[in-house]
Amino acid sequence: MMNLRAAGPMDQFEIIPIVQLPGGSDLLAFTNSSLWMVIGTAAIIIFFFMATRRAGMIPGRVQSAAEVLYEFVSDLVRDTIGSEGRKFFPYVFTLFLWILVMNLFGLIPSFPGLAHELHTFTPTSHLVVTLALAMLTITIVIVYGFMKNGLKFFKLFAPSGLPMWLYPLLVPIELVSFLSRPLSLAIRLFANMFAGHIILKLFAGFVGSLLAAGGAVALIGIVPFLGVVAVTALEFLVALLQAYVFAVLTCIYLSDAAHAADH
Amino acid sequence: MDAEAAKLIGAGLATFPLAGAGVGLGLIFGNFLSGAFRNPSAAAQNQTTMLLGFALTEFTGLLGFVISILILLGIF
Repeated sequence: MMNLRAAGPMDQFEIIPIVQLPGGSDLLAFTNSSLWMVIGTAAIIIFFFMATRRAGMIPGRVQSAAEVLYEFVSDLVRDTIGSEGRKFFPYVFTLFLWILVMNLFGLIPSFPGLAHELHTFTPTSHLVVTLALAMLTITIVIVYGFMKNGLKFFKLFAPSGLPMWLYPLLVPIELVSFLSRPLSLAIRLFANMFAGHIILKLFAGFVGSLLAAGGAVALIGIVPFLGVVAVTALEFLVALLQAYVFAVLTCIYLSDAAHAADH
Repeated sequence: MDAEAAKLIGAGLATFPLAGAGVGLGLIFGNFLSGAFRNPSAAAQNQTTMLLGFALTEFTGLLGFVISILILLGIF
């Protein structure tokens, strides 16, 4: 018999350990979050493996799809950073695809009777995941900025050509705005995924409760159902958009770091 | 007023930023449309910037929603 229990909108974010890893702490475990990250990575690798097998000048369907993705990110990197952007292309490409796949996982429906660990889970709906990505990005930006510009990297905060009295005002503001970049990157992705999926489950819960009430009220259940359909469509757009925005902002920060000495 | 009531009022107040997000989004899309009506051939070029602006504006409004939800769920 299926073990059905009504889930609230927050249950989808629960982290459930699947396999405890040795290391002493109770918290070190292979969780459902790790499971979905592994599934996503494997899916991307398999997709590109299949796309590049027997690669021809005239591409087949899978190869075309992979080429569209490649060109999309390649144009983005080249338009934003310029010719030095080539060395960042693998990173931005990986970032874009990984975030996209993680975002899309939350829109896959689950079967009611599955074990709790196997329900679809969005790894990017946890702040810690997006914070890790944002910190990685900003570390790359800062290290690259110092490697390329030396101490002139600080000219990012003090653009030339301004009257002297403006600098004590401007430099702290620029500094704070720079430091808020990784935070905004992390919170933007997290908030969009978190809020969107809560809305989705909330509307779905309404359908459930209206149907359970039975009678004429059950017919009103069509309204939140249409809401779920509309919000799912919006969430597909948001998943794509948020991956794109993360990649674009990464490219913009990298181009800032690359051209810091020109300020 | 006990803490629970104050928290719930705070959660309700925290949804006000969504009004700003709504206004901002309307401005973005309205300007895009008026530009597209005048110059339809350039519309496709500006679509990317429009979507970028949409995402950034939406995010600012969502911050309010997230805080509201966090208060309601007892995390704060």
